[in-house]
Parts: sequence; C-alpha cells; structure tokens
Amino acid sequence: MTTTTRRPTLQRSTLHRTEHRAALAFVAIPVLGFLIFTLYPLLYSVYASFTSWNGLSAPIFVGIDNYIAMANDPYFLQSMWNTLFMMLGIPIGLVISLVLALALNRKMRATTFFRTVYYLPVISSIAAVAILWQWAYNGDFGLINQTLAFVGIDGPNWLQNTATVKPALMIMAIWKGLGYSMLLYLAALQSVPRHLYEAAALDGAGTIQQFRNITLPMVRPVTFFLVVTSVIGGSQIFVEVNIMTPTGGPEFSSATIVWYIWQKAFDNLQMGYASSMSIVLGLLVFLITFIQFRLNRRNQFSIE
Amino acid sequence: MPPPPLHTRGATPGEPITKGSQGKTVRSNPLSRKGRYAIGNALVTALLSIGAVAMIAPLLWTFSTSLKTRDGVFALPPQWFPDPIVWENYVRVWTAGPLLSGIQNSLIVACSVTIVGSLASALAAFAFAKMRMPFKNVLFLSLLAGLMIPFPTLMIPQFMFFASIGWIDTLLPLIIPGIFGNIIMIFFLRQYLATVPDSIVEAAKIDGASYLQIFFRLILPVIKPALAAQFILWFMAVWNDYLAPIIYLNSPDRQTLQLVIANFNAQYAIQTDYPLIMAASFIALLPVLIVFIVFQRQIIESVALTGAKG
Repeated sequence: MTTTTRRPTLQRSTLHRTEHRAALAFVAIPVLGFLIFTLYPLLYSVYASFTSWNGLSAPIFVGIDNYIAMANDPYFLQSMWNTLFMMLGIPIGLVISLVLALALNRKMRATTFFRTVYYLPVISSIAAVAILWQWAYNGDFGLINQTLAFVGIDGPNWLQNTATVKPALMIMAIWKGLGYSMLLYLAALQSVPRHLYEAAALDGAGTIQQFRNITLPMVRPVTFFLVVTSVIGGSQIFVEVNIMTPTGGPEFSSATIVWYIWQKAFDNLQMGYASSMSIVLGLLVFLITFIQFRLNRRNQFSIE
Repeated sequence: MPPPPLHTRGATPGEPITKGSQGKTVRSNPLSRKGRYAIGNALVTALLSIGAVAMIAPLLWTFSTSLKTRDGVFALPPQWFPDPIVWENYVRVWTAGPLLSGIQNSLIVACSVTIVGSLASALAAFAFAKMRMPFKNVLFLSLLAGLMIPFPTLMIPQFMFFASIGWIDTLLPLIIPGIFGNIIMIFFLRQYLATVPDSIVEAAKIDGASYLQIFFRLILPVIKPALAAQFILWFMAVWNDYLAPIIYLNSPDRQTLQLVIANFNAQYAIQTDYPLIMAASFIALLPVLIVFIVFQRQIIESVALTGAKG
C-alpha cells in the first residue's frame, strides 16, 4: 500500500474529498431538519420541564417542582392510566390480524378483495373515522346499538359511560389498525419456506404443532415490529379522544396523556408543566421500546 | 431472522414410520383431502365476508347517512337505503363551512411537503447508501433515533419557536419541517438502493459524471417505484394529519380539511344535522380512498415491505 507512488494517493484523496463534500451536502437538509425540529425542541423541552412557563413571559426555573406536581395530579395519573389501559387493545388486535392473515394465506378466491376491504380503515383519515364512529356509538340511533338491538341486546350509551368509553375507543382503534398488521403478517407468512411445513408434516407435526413451532417463530420479527410501533402509536392517542369526547370523557375517563398535555399547554398555557409531562411520555416510549428490544434479543438467543 | 432448527425436532426413530403411514393414507384418497380444503375455504370465505361487512359498514353507513334528510336519520328501524335520497346535502355542505378552503389548504400543505421533501429524502438516501462520507453511520443512526421521539414531546418548543417568528395561524409550520425530508422515506430508499450494485455508480464516476448527474440520471430512475409508493404513503399521512394543524391554525379559512370536518362535527351535532356532518366527512375521506383504490397494489406491496425491513 505505502509503496505506491505519491500521485495516485494524492489524487484519490482529492477525489474522496469531493465525494465527502457532495455526500455531506446531500444529507445536509435532513440533518439540519433533525437539528432544528427534533434535537433543539427536545433539549428545550427538557429545559422547559424544569421551569414555570406560561409561554408569554420568560420561563422561570423551578427545579423539579413540575415533576412533584405531576405525581400528585389526579388528572395526570388518570390520563396515564387511561392511556395504558387502552393499550390492552394492542394484543387483541394483533391476535385477530394474525388469524386474518392465516385465513388470507389460503389458496382461494377473493383474497385480494378481502385484503383491500380490510385495509380501507387504515388509509382513512382518523378525524373522519372518529366522527363516523362517534355517530355509530350514539346511544339511541347509532349503528352499533342498532345492530345489537337486532340480536336483542340493549346497548349502552357508549361514549357517555365511564365503563364503556375506553372499550369503545379500543374497538375503534382495533378496527382501524387491523388491516395494517394483517398485511404485515400476511407478507411474513408468504415468505415462510414451504419446505419447513412439508418437513414438519413428514415428521408428523399436526396443524397446531406446525403453527406453534414454525409459523409463530417465523412471524416473530413482524410481531416485534408491530408491538413496538403500536405501543409508540398507542401512547400518543389524541385525535379520536379530542373529537369523540371533547371534554376528556365522562369523569375524565377517556382523556389520554397526549390529550392532557395538549390541554395544559394550549388551553391553560402551562407550558412548563406540559413540557414535563411530555418528557415523561418520551421516556416512557423510550423505555418500552428499549425493553422490547431486549426481550427480542433474548428470544432470538434462545432459538439459536 | 434465524430459522429455528426444526429438522432436529421429532427425529426419534419410532416416529417417521407412523408418520409415513399417515401420509400414505392421505395420499391414497386425494379427493377427500382436496374436498376438505374446499370446505375449509368456503367456511373461511364466509367468516371473512362477515368480517368484511363489519369493516366496511361504518363507511357505508356514513355515505348512507349523508343522503338522508335530517329526520330520516332518526327513522326506526334504521334505513340502509335512504328514502328519499337527498343529494342536496352535498350542495349545502360547501356553503355550510369552509370546506373548499380546507381542501385547498390541505392540498397546499400535502403537495409542498411531499414534493420538496421527497427530493430531499431521495438525495440523502443516495448519499447514505452509495457515497463515502465521514460520520455516515453516526449521522444515519442519529436520524433514526429521532424517530423514537414522540411528536408531543417536541410540539411545545416547536410551537413557541414558530410563534416567535410570527408563523402561527399560517400553513408554514406545517410545511417547513416537512420539506427537510422524511426519515422513514430515507430509510426505505436507502434499503432499496442497497440492492443496486455499486459498480454502476463507480462506472458513472469514471465517466466523469457529477454526483448530481448520477443522482438524476441513474439513481432516480432506479428508485422510482419505491419513491412513488413512499410518496403516496407520506401524502396520505400529511393529508390525514390533525394534531399539528390543530395547534397552529385558528382562523376557519386557514384550517386544513381535517380540522374543518372536526369543526363541522362539533358545530352541527348540536343542530342534529348529521347528514351534513357525514357528507363533509365523506368528502374528506374520498380523495384518499380514490388514491388507494387506484394505487392499491403499489401501496400494499410497499407497506408489506415495511415489516420485512423492520
């Protein structure tokens, strides 16, 4: 290497320098965007979380007062609980979408049609979906209770009832997200090599054994991806809550953490307090993602 | 990723024989096996159809309601086919609220963000995938890590920043952050470019092409399908966005479509004018539904890829 003449190395280094410069120019825009609209706001949020700040005058440093207030704020705790509770819909949705994907993975007609129909809610705007589900949940004239009345059940007034408002939002979220996870599962199922099933069948593995020992491990990466993205998404539920239950629901029973942050920041102008809650949200998302990655890694270890 | 060592399972000496005999019985009457599969298919199709009805019913119900009279909404038993059918709601809706300006504003935001942002993202993806540069991995991983930060954690400082330069109640806070590119798009285009051999870039370099020329003449045509799919997905995401617009926009005629229909919902529910609300919502749903139906193959394929890549 070092025995080559000087000229080529020199030339190559200038070539590299032009390449470096061009490459840096090409990535400069997203990197700048990241610095201005992600990193700077993140750092400022951390700072603001230790201040009392109404957004009009300069923030006043108050130490960890906001975090102490948070621990004693029943609305914060309630909205946190509501958010976590509604995440229970995630595993339910995943199970249903895996079943759907298995059904659509069969050799039969109309699978493309079904795939399209199940995917329609995914691309629909969440605002419009929230509006039409609010109407569907109407206690007297809504589609849901009409359908229930058809089979002799007297449905509740879904969104006005502390016991039903969270399940109602969860059902809607499952309905909306089903097509997406179904599609990812279907793609994963289609990429499972057929010979695995053939070999297992030769070894006498039944359908259930094949499912447990081939299908589930093979779709695990997708499950992992879906759990991570759904948890990140589920921790940020806002639109449907704001549209369907504009006051946070009966006795605050549908207010989510993002809804509460939004209300505190932009209605009550408690920017410092809202920032500290948003930091807790960010940490929560980070923590859950981190745990998921650790669990995933350990699972992969046990296979190998 | 690693396939489980299935072949070692059930390799006990006694088993294969019984299995072999089982396989033989199945093979001896293939018709019954085929027949069973057909019955299974019929059953699955029936169940999937019921599910499909549940998936599509709320959307159809919206459309049906939008064609009813104000009193027809409260008819018992409910009517799936409104009698009479009132198309007038679709005329009324344009003057009942700033629906048209909502569509215009949404188009302005979504088009400018996705067109400029896609170009920025594609250039960056090219650099990340095919060019030598210092700190390449650090930069890329930082961008990816940024994805993990929820928007609500950033929205308060972002809002104050835009407020300090007087951009509140304009579309700019919705447009400007977007035109700096989309990290998800960069990620997928970079993955896509990994399948393109480096040699064509090297060859073009030797021919004396500049990096911009390489990008526009070589890279852009190659990534076109992936770019198109990501473009559509991004467009729909911006079109459907609600949280950022509700923070920044106050004046009715500055609001995006999603805010307009949400306000319709709040305003006309009091007057129990549900047909009007549903007409507005249906109009808001329609563009994306049409885009989806037209490009469904590309959209579904590129979404299916997300799982494989994630």
